[in-house]
Amino acid sequence: MSDLNTRMIEKYRNDFLKEVEANVEEGEWVKMCMQCGVCSGSCPLGKHWAHPPQEIFMMIRAGKREEVLTSDSMWMCTSCYNCIVRCPRELPITHIMHGLATYSKKLGLVPKGQPTATFAEIFWNNMMKKGRVNELKLGLSLYFKDGFGQGIKNAMANQKLGMSMMKAKRMSPAEFFGGHGIKDVGGLQKMIKKAQELEEARMKKFD
Amino acid sequence: MTEVVATNQTILVVGGGISGMTAALEAAEAGAQVVLVEKRPYLGGRTSQLYKYFPKLCHPTCGLEINQRRAKMNPNLTILTSAEVTGLEGEPGNYTATVKITPTYVNDNCTACGECAKAVEAEFDDEYNYGLSKRKGAYLPHVMAHPMKYVLDPRIIGTDDAQKAKDACKYDAIDLDMEEREINFPVGAVVWATGWQPYDAAKIQPYGYDRFENVISSVEFERMADPKGPTGGKIVRPSDGKEAKNVAFIQCAGSRDRNHLWHCSRICCMASLKQTHYVVDAYGDDAQVSIYYIDIRAIDRFEDFYARVKAMDNVKFIKSKVASITLNKENGNPVLNGVDTEGYHRYANEHDLVVLAIGMQPSVGMDEFPVEVSLNREGFIEPSEENGGVFPAGCAADALDVNRAVQSATGAALKAIQVVNRVAGAEG
Ligand SMILES: Cc1cc2nc3c(=O)[nH]c(=O)nc-3n(C[C@H](O)[C@H](O)[C@H](O)COP(=O)(O)OP(=O)(O)OC[C@H]3O[C@@H](n4cnc5c(N)ncnc54)[C@H](O)[C@@H]3O)c2cc1C
Ligand code: SF4
Ligand code: SF4
Ligand code: SF4
Ligand code: SF4
Repeated sequence: MSDLNTRMIEKYRNDFLKEVEANVEEGEWVKMCMQCGVCSGSCPLGKHWAHPPQEIFMMIRAGKREEVLTSDSMWMCTSCYNCIVRCPRELPITHIMHGLATYSKKLGLVPKGQPTATFAEIFWNNMMKKGRVNELKLGLSLYFKDGFGQGIKNAMANQKLGMSMMKAKRMSPAEFFGGHGIKDVGGLQKMIKKAQELEEARMKKFD
Repeated sequence: MTEVVATNQTILVVGGGISGMTAALEAAEAGAQVVLVEKRPYLGGRTSQLYKYFPKLCHPTCGLEINQRRAKMNPNLTILTSAEVTGLEGEPGNYTATVKITPTYVNDNCTACGECAKAVEAEFDDEYNYGLSKRKGAYLPHVMAHPMKYVLDPRIIGTDDAQKAKDACKYDAIDLDMEEREINFPVGAVVWATGWQPYDAAKIQPYGYDRFENVISSVEFERMADPKGPTGGKIVRPSDGKEAKNVAFIQCAGSRDRNHLWHCSRICCMASLKQTHYVVDAYGDDAQVSIYYIDIRAIDRFEDFYARVKAMDNVKFIKSKVASITLNKENGNPVLNGVDTEGYHRYANEHDLVVLAIGMQPSVGMDEFPVEVSLNREGFIEPSEENGGVFPAGCAADALDVNRAVQSATGAALKAIQVVNRVAGAEG
């Protein structure tokens, strides 16, 4: 467990809702949920997770910190926005789900080997290198995330997709050698760093 | 044809539902001169379309009848039906009202013998039954209509049917040359009681009101339960006429929802609890009722009513706002999909018939008022200085049940009386 996690546990003690309001993107909306259940019923993925959004929001209020932050639920959200469209109280549910995922990542509480979390990390690192996503490398690192043998199998299985992406110029074999980037990668990296600092500062503010 | 005698001490009541009738009678019985203007060809408004009233489960016709008798006896009260207020200008104590009177093509000679209806062939959707049945082009709006007079649908005017109706009438009651009239008269104060309309259920797209025959609205269900209604009081499925014993109610259909009506419509929890009685009365132990709800808002003394329904063995309460309705094509059953808040269980429940407890919205649109009044976000009239001598009553002021609508109407009548009394005082 990370230091930050221990610090946050100490800071908020029994008030997980307050912690979420302070640290999670759009977290201040959680208390607006009236537990109607429409989001859960409308979520196409709801069947596949431990806790639908409505339940997550109730768990936050009930102070189930550990269960929420180590859950895989928020990682399963595909950003389809069904829930946002339907919510009678206009909660930005999708954003809260992603906010929770980000927060759990920050605290080092993501369940081990959670595929979307792994993908998100690969995507992020890939993008930060050049300022653009290198589709080829992204694809390859994803295929090979579970080892070399499995990687070849994955790549073969998705050969057709790769070929059509190349045809549509969505992916180029030349990307393997460096690949294209934006003009000022350093600038982008500085910008992101600044954003991260601002976020830290925001978290500190809620003492 | 009714002539209107009015002065700036007259009170105009707009809308002849239970609220408008109450305000008009209270004011007239207190000695004020009152003109009541009702858009429909009859009085009573939407309560006349209910089968029974909560909480006593008595018939609305009873109360309406008493009011009609009071109206007949009172010389201070002039009633205009098929009439709409289209303009109102001036200030408290000195308004001029413009009223448009639509022809019904039937005069006061009508004895309601019904011969004209027999002669006419054209049929139209019966608005009294929310389109669940047809009526003739010459018709009595409903069996208890007051005034008890037939009406010719303007769509038959100029066709053979119009002449057939006229020829059938032995009392010289049909006048095909009747024309729309506009009249102006002075009034001192106004009670605005134009009531409510059901929210358009088709706008709640995932419930498929416009796609699935066995998904109906609560106002339609009232008509269905009424022995004088389109099914003769039988609770059946519109798709195949089969008995609907397993009935689901979906609460807050269009209410408490920022995508639809923001407000709680206040009456629909009680309406569904009442309608549960209709199903249980019809099918006894074979009835199965499921109520899908967010919260049951049976306020103050209605709590007992709720407790009694809750105690019934064949009634289930499911705490969940239904996410969507799909159709079982084999048997025509609507399937309700969602997640239950008490345990977060996913369900897909089939029912014979689904009733949407539809929300209440003001019947007059935000930009349709002929006079400046202060409206809240939902379009209900707020009490405000800005309203001058116009006082809202009943469901024009808020989503209310009959009891509260009547209280609100009595209050509005008093305010209006105060204004015209001031005028009388000033003029000596
Ligand atoms: C499904 C359902 C069941 C219900 N059951 C019950 C119950 O059991 N018990 C209970 O207490 N309440 C019940 N209610 C609530 C009840 O219907 C209302 O409280 C009642 O109708 C309010 O009366 P009102 O006069 O304010 O409005 P309305 O009944 O709407 O009357 C308004 C009148 O104004 C007329 N009008 C509209 N615009 C104009 C215009 N521009 N010019 C002239 N006239 C106009 C209309 O034609 C109408 O006649 C129920 C409601 C629903 C939806
Ligand atoms: S739809 Fe909105 S109000 Fe309803 S349970 Fe989900 S988040 Fe809460
Ligand atoms: S946006 Fe995410 S949480 Fe919302 S319905 Fe889609 S998958 Fe479910
Ligand atoms: S209009 Fe004439 S025929 Fe029709 S119901 Fe009245 S009296 Fe009878
Ligand atoms: S009265 Fe009941 S059904 Fe109607 S809007 Fe309010 S909570 Fe919903």
